[in-house]
Amino acid sequence: MVHTKKISLVAAILAGALAFSMSARAQDHAHATPTPERQSWTFGGPFGGFDKGQLQRGFKVYREVCANCHSLSRIAFRTLAEEGGPGFSESQVKALAAEYKVKDGPDDKGEMFERPGRASDRFPAPFPNPEAARAALGAAPPDMSVLAKARSYSRGFPLFLVDPLIQYQEHGVDYIYALLNGYTNKSDQNWNAYFPGNKIGMAKPLSDGQVEYTDGAPATVQQYAKDVSAFLMWTAEPALEKRKKTGFRVMIFLILFAGLLYFTKKKVWAGVAH
Amino acid sequence: MSGPSTYVPSSAIGRWFESRLPIMGLMHGSFVAYPVPRNLNYFWTFGGILSFMLGAQIITGIILAMHYTPHVDYAFGSVEHIMRDVNWGWFIRYTHANGASMFFVAVYIHMLRGLYYGSYKAPREVLWILGVIIYLLMMATGFMGYVLPWGQMSFWGATVITNLFSAIPLVGDAITTWLWGGYSVDNPTLNRFFSLHYLLPFMIAGVVILHVWALHVVGQNNPAGVEVKNIERDTLPFTPYATVKDAFGLVCFLIFYAWFIFYAPNYLGHADNYIEANPLVTPSHIVPEWYYLPFYAILRAIPSKLGGVVAMFGAIVILAFLPWLDTSRVKSAKFRPVYRVFFWAFVLACVGLGYLGSQPPEGGFVIAARLLTIYYFGFFLVIMPLLGLFETPKPVPASIADAVLAKNGAAAQAHS
Amino acid sequence: MASASTAEPTRRDMLYIATGAAAAVGAGALAWPLINQMNPDASTLALASTEVDVASIPEGGILTVKWRGKPVFVRHRTKKEIDEAQQVKAADLPDPQTDQDRVKQSTISGAAHPEWLVVVGVCTHLGCVPLGHQGDFDGWFCPCHGSVYDTSGRIRSGPAPRNLDVPTYAFTAATKLQIG
Repeated sequence: MVHTKKISLVAAILAGALAFSMSARAQDHAHATPTPERQSWTFGGPFGGFDKGQLQRGFKVYREVCANCHSLSRIAFRTLAEEGGPGFSESQVKALAAEYKVKDGPDDKGEMFERPGRASDRFPAPFPNPEAARAALGAAPPDMSVLAKARSYSRGFPLFLVDPLIQYQEHGVDYIYALLNGYTNKSDQNWNAYFPGNKIGMAKPLSDGQVEYTDGAPATVQQYAKDVSAFLMWTAEPALEKRKKTGFRVMIFLILFAGLLYFTKKKVWAGVAH
Repeated sequence: MSGPSTYVPSSAIGRWFESRLPIMGLMHGSFVAYPVPRNLNYFWTFGGILSFMLGAQIITGIILAMHYTPHVDYAFGSVEHIMRDVNWGWFIRYTHANGASMFFVAVYIHMLRGLYYGSYKAPREVLWILGVIIYLLMMATGFMGYVLPWGQMSFWGATVITNLFSAIPLVGDAITTWLWGGYSVDNPTLNRFFSLHYLLPFMIAGVVILHVWALHVVGQNNPAGVEVKNIERDTLPFTPYATVKDAFGLVCFLIFYAWFIFYAPNYLGHADNYIEANPLVTPSHIVPEWYYLPFYAILRAIPSKLGGVVAMFGAIVILAFLPWLDTSRVKSAKFRPVYRVFFWAFVLACVGLGYLGSQPPEGGFVIAARLLTIYYFGFFLVIMPLLGLFETPKPVPASIADAVLAKNGAAAQAHS
Repeated sequence: MASASTAEPTRRDMLYIATGAAAAVGAGALAWPLINQMNPDASTLALASTEVDVASIPEGGILTVKWRGKPVFVRHRTKKEIDEAQQVKAADLPDPQTDQDRVKQSTISGAAHPEWLVVVGVCTHLGCVPLGHQGDFDGWFCPCHGSVYDTSGRIRSGPAPRNLDVPTYAFTAATKLQIG
């Protein structure tokens, strides 16, 4: 009987702990920003890959809008022509890089100089350092190279346990997409539904028709947001396609190998009691 | 590692070498002829899985060190360089980063298996304590490894954990300054953490050798919790029986591991670690890696700085005293119906503490963490010593062979 | 043990061979990324060319520029140096090669400019950097083991087995030299 008492005590403690944490969760949710909606992306799931057209459009949005304030310092021009990316040609990338001015040097006289960019250069930043950006804009805009992996949100218990199983790993892009569409207060350009605290330093950056698309995609904020989010997923994870393709092969191999080992094990152990 | 071997190499060169350095005989005695209880289940494959993980982490780690730069200005960029430019760099880094998590998944299963089947009891006390030392070294290694990418969580995790030492009375601040090599976590800290992160796995490997040595002296525990009495009837040679079983267990584990590497590589990390370290801005909510969360919850459950630190380290150190805290004469929980309930409650408490460690330290979370912390320590300090005195265990089989016969007999009956 | 399953030896052996083969394939496939990571990475491969302005090199002068981490000598040869290089009979040399062959990439708008000699400044013996305007042939002298090169960068005496290497290069304008 002593045992039953102890068991019920343990059960009571655990149940109490659970109840407390549940109520705490409920409080926590009351004053939080809405959860970004899950979008469908071509690069989601085990066979996902980038839509080249979308990445090219997204790059255009980045170049014409985001690049005025946000750097992309870890990305080299050459990667725009690499496999699994936006699929620009080598000559397009060379021409594009040459449109940028890149600081180089020192030269023979020991002075720094500017020269046209080369494919091997990285995207030059709009400001020489974060302090200069803060002085000009009031806040330093984050570098966008790995932004899609640096932003996320929690789907809470129990969904966060399900996410790796269903391979939902696009929380970062979903957040960026939601944020770009989250300027829903017409009277305040710095109010964003999805930004923690709602007060965002970046005023509404996109408006309909701002960037010209040549492939027939609609020139809307929604489309721009979608395209630039996809582009940022690529900059954050340029090996995504290769990773998923390799992963599929590895999985097939491991499952076959496990099957072979299972039967080998059965055969080896067949003759002995265990 | 199980004493002098009767192994005789078949070739003349082999015999010549063996009489000068009997390493083949050592290997043969340890991994071929070594007698393994025939009733081991798949939880006993985790020792092999852990050896594999240690090897995998060392190899991928050495490779990453070829491309990584331990300097505050370049560390974050060099990790991105690995991810983007180095051939297969993304694969090697994701294998290493997720490998740390998989290492802990395997070690927790390994430890809970020992806790369930009483593997820490005489004559395996030294074996168990060596395991606790390996676990401590793993935690130190994992923590320092997480600092190296120099993201926001790296920096602030390092700041919070090194500040724990400032809780020590009188010398705390001096120790913290000494750990940092400055007045905050900075370049000297990153450099020494890199150096130690490289060193510690080799120390782990050294203790693993002692752990395996001790294991091969006392022999493996088994689900029945009774010692080997008759080598012929109770055991099987390690090769091929345990080898092929371990291999199958390992490949199943690799499927789980590969799933994370290829399909959810950043799931076990934290998004903030993709923001470069900024000593002037603290992230809104600092969480350690998942495998430290239960201890982090214990740390925050105690409303005193020194008390929290003592409780947190105590939660790990207490494991070393387990052989003497458990008073039961029966090893396996299979024959301890009451202990089994408390054991599973303990597992739930650890999972609960892990969840609470990831939540902000406010309101109900703190109260829940306190209750579970009480249970955590109560399990070791109260339940274990008392249960051995009050619990009536079920009858234990006389030998491993009898346990196997009983199981097979039951299976045969069920079939007919 | 041996008598346990002798009934179907072939099937059992096939299973073991298949499992062993799968293990070998897996180990081999895993080894490749671990080996290939030491090859030059994408950022290194992208830096394969360097541009130099040669206007500032006086006649007789040598400019040393870095290309792929190695020194490259750009030598503005005098008339005398060119003549010396051209008068040697190629067949008499340790590594027979004519001077014309070695400067054939020095063309500006289609016209040959043999005054420009471009060679990789790495001694073909064991990789030291030879010193310019030294040695018996007015070319280079390697201080490490005494190899002597002429004004065309060809080995004339000493332990080096080959002439100094000529990289791929081209004049994109009268004074703009692109190496690689």
